[in-house]
Amino acid sequence: MLRYAIKRVGSLAISLIVASLVIFACIEVIPGDPASFMLGLNAQPDTVAALREELGLNASLATRYLSWVTGMLSGDFGTSYTYRSPVAEIIGDRLWISLPLALIALGLTVLIAFPVGILAATKRGSWADMSVMGATQLGIAIPNFWFAMLMVLLFAINLRWFSAGGFPGWENPAAALKALTLPAIALALPQASILARVMRSALLDTLSEDYIRTCRAKGLTQRQALWRHALRNAMIPVLTIIGLQFSFLLAGAIIIENVFYLPGLGRLVFQAISQRDLIMVESVVFLLVFAVIMVNFAVDLAYAWVDPRLRGRA
Amino acid sequence: MTLLSIENLSLSIRGTPILRDVSLSVGHGEILGVIGESGSGKSLTAFSVLQLLPSGASCEGRINLLGEDVLAKSESALCAMRGRDVGMVFQEPMTALNPVQTIGAQVAETILIHEPDTSKVDAMKRAAHALTRCELPQDKFPLSRYPHEMSGGQRQRVVIAMAIALQPKLLIADEPTTALDVTTQAEILDLLARLVREDDMGLMLISHDLAVVTDMAHRIAIMKNGAVVEEGGADLHRTMSHPYTKALFKASSHQPDRNVTPQDTPLLQVQSATRDYTLPRKSLFGQADKFRAVDNVSFQIKRGESLGLVGESGCGKSTLTRAILGLEPLQGGTILLDGQPVGPEVRRKMQVVFQDPYGSFNPRHKVARLVSEPFHLLGRKATEAEIDEALISVGLTPADKTKYIHEFSGGQRQRIAIARALIIKPELIVLDEAVSALDVSIRAQILDLLADLSDRFGLTYLFISHDLSVVRAITDRCLVMQSGKIVEEGDTEHLFTAPSHPYTQTLIAAAPTLPDL
Repeated sequence: MLRYAIKRVGSLAISLIVASLVIFACIEVIPGDPASFMLGLNAQPDTVAALREELGLNASLATRYLSWVTGMLSGDFGTSYTYRSPVAEIIGDRLWISLPLALIALGLTVLIAFPVGILAATKRGSWADMSVMGATQLGIAIPNFWFAMLMVLLFAINLRWFSAGGFPGWENPAAALKALTLPAIALALPQASILARVMRSALLDTLSEDYIRTCRAKGLTQRQALWRHALRNAMIPVLTIIGLQFSFLLAGAIIIENVFYLPGLGRLVFQAISQRDLIMVESVVFLLVFAVIMVNFAVDLAYAWVDPRLRGRA
Repeated sequence: MTLLSIENLSLSIRGTPILRDVSLSVGHGEILGVIGESGSGKSLTAFSVLQLLPSGASCEGRINLLGEDVLAKSESALCAMRGRDVGMVFQEPMTALNPVQTIGAQVAETILIHEPDTSKVDAMKRAAHALTRCELPQDKFPLSRYPHEMSGGQRQRVVIAMAIALQPKLLIADEPTTALDVTTQAEILDLLARLVREDDMGLMLISHDLAVVTDMAHRIAIMKNGAVVEEGGADLHRTMSHPYTKALFKASSHQPDRNVTPQDTPLLQVQSATRDYTLPRKSLFGQADKFRAVDNVSFQIKRGESLGLVGESGCGKSTLTRAILGLEPLQGGTILLDGQPVGPEVRRKMQVVFQDPYGSFNPRHKVARLVSEPFHLLGRKATEAEIDEALISVGLTPADKTKYIHEFSGGQRQRIAIARALIIKPELIVLDEAVSALDVSIRAQILDLLADLSDRFGLTYLFISHDLSVVRAITDRCLVMQSGKIVEEGDTEHLFTAPSHPYTQTLIAAAPTLPDL
């Protein structure tokens, strides 16, 4: 197990280095000079020159890459051109919305998907299974921003249980959680539909395995065979999907953040791109890549925890 | 009192009758062999005793176990009975164990499910005892082992330990050795016989293999199409009266007529063939170890000859086969077909038939397209006449070419596989366990077909199998392979009657044999 973990850490480090190189190169290959790109077509040459100096663009490629990476390692992500404040601070603020939102949405996803998927698998072919399959089909098909707007209409405008948008800050945790509730539900619903279907099919696969028949021949009831044997074996595909979903929820909430006026990471990237704030884009993108790689690392470790056959391999 | 008596059992699944009036009985300490071909209902008879049937199944008749009517029991009473009064051993040891639990936990579970008051420590102690009884001693196979760390035979011992952990009165073994090598098979059968003796247990031994059953059963029942057609003692081969029983015994020892005399010119020459696999590195910068799957193997096949290659799983025979087909690179030596190295030009002179008649066809293509696949080696399309001829030569009709593969039985599929191999008129056909998945009567037909085809077309065969009786029936000469090396080579009859290498002797001694009729 330890060997496996060390190998995973090794591949994690390599992934991070490659990702940082790719992101750096992408920003570099944008045609023209980042400084004039950021300032627009009508910029004065001396303004551009000043910005180039400020951004350190006159140094060699290697120096710039190294100073970017070492800066990030020490928590210095540079200064945003449009916000005129340290990128790290802005990202930190936004992360305090996006991360809790993603975690709550993921929690909801799992809480809905597990029981629903297990129910559908155990009652295969029954009305319960068919309604689950129908409802999840709908959940995947409905665009989540439209569903979000419907929720705003019902719970914020008609019933006035929640506010329609905005974020009050974490000074009042109850109010903050309340503000994240509707967006989290809107994010979780399609993800829960996907995960419930994956859970169902993974469980159906394992329930038809020979070892389930062996368990039944030992005297286990159908239910015991499911909980003690089938569920853990069904976890590999489910964990894979959960990992992908967390990455998506963290970075892909742009539309929902816009619907609810939440100042999260998604909106930040969106604004930074439209304002050509390349330093900000570079840093946020790297942060998101970092998060995805870390989630995959966690999923890899979870695989090994679930399945002893993977522990010997790398 | 008989231990198990099945009286007039009829089973139907969603209205389709599966079993008809099956009556069988097993006494304490008695071994009942149940023999039948696929679809005969032998496995479903066993599952009826445990009431582990597919949904939509309904049973009529009586199943009496230890004086109680199984069919009248509630599901919870059945759960209490399964594993405690009846243990079951299955065919596929590779998949019969939960891959993510230790063997100790899985054996102990049988005990904990039925005796919830037992402490976990005690259950583990008893699991260790059960495993030791099944010849998996604790110093070599601790309870903390996972199934993937064990071989097929060892896993089957774990399954048996699970089944006998509570010393049930009845053990049902459904094809317990079919997936195992001959030497492992012999050990597992010995183990089962010993457990029956020690615990005075009844054993219902289900098999398609007459030789396995006649070697150890006290009584034998023959099933066909969901009914018992004949039942008799261990001397059934002498007392049998039903035509199906006779046909089954005959097919099991079937020897096709072969009238080809091999020529002196070699068709395939394998010279010092060596195949290494690189193993995963033990450390980041360490030297990667190598595994030599085929070790300096040399032999040749003469034109018109039928050569057998036998060996147990992992001996390298499949790697060697793939190397001959040009599907594996060699690290040393050469393979010449008709004097030329195996490549696209000579590849058309060699075709292959694989073991699995279900997995070796694309289910979305029609037979005409499946059969004409090898034509890509000739760079042209098959004509209708060629497809018809190939199908007719294997005993099918031209009308079959518009059908899909799922419309055929296992035996017919294997005929289609042979038609596919024949269609471009190759000189050498490699038969990789080509009859191993077939029932004995179908196997006899396919062996006849192969013999007939070699007479008509002057074909040369390389026949790879773990089944010694088949190799003996159809080959002129035989190679025995062990750990990547050819350990013995000789005329088939001579090799089987007077084996000289100790490994060949072990193999032949372990293979169950039919009594002379």
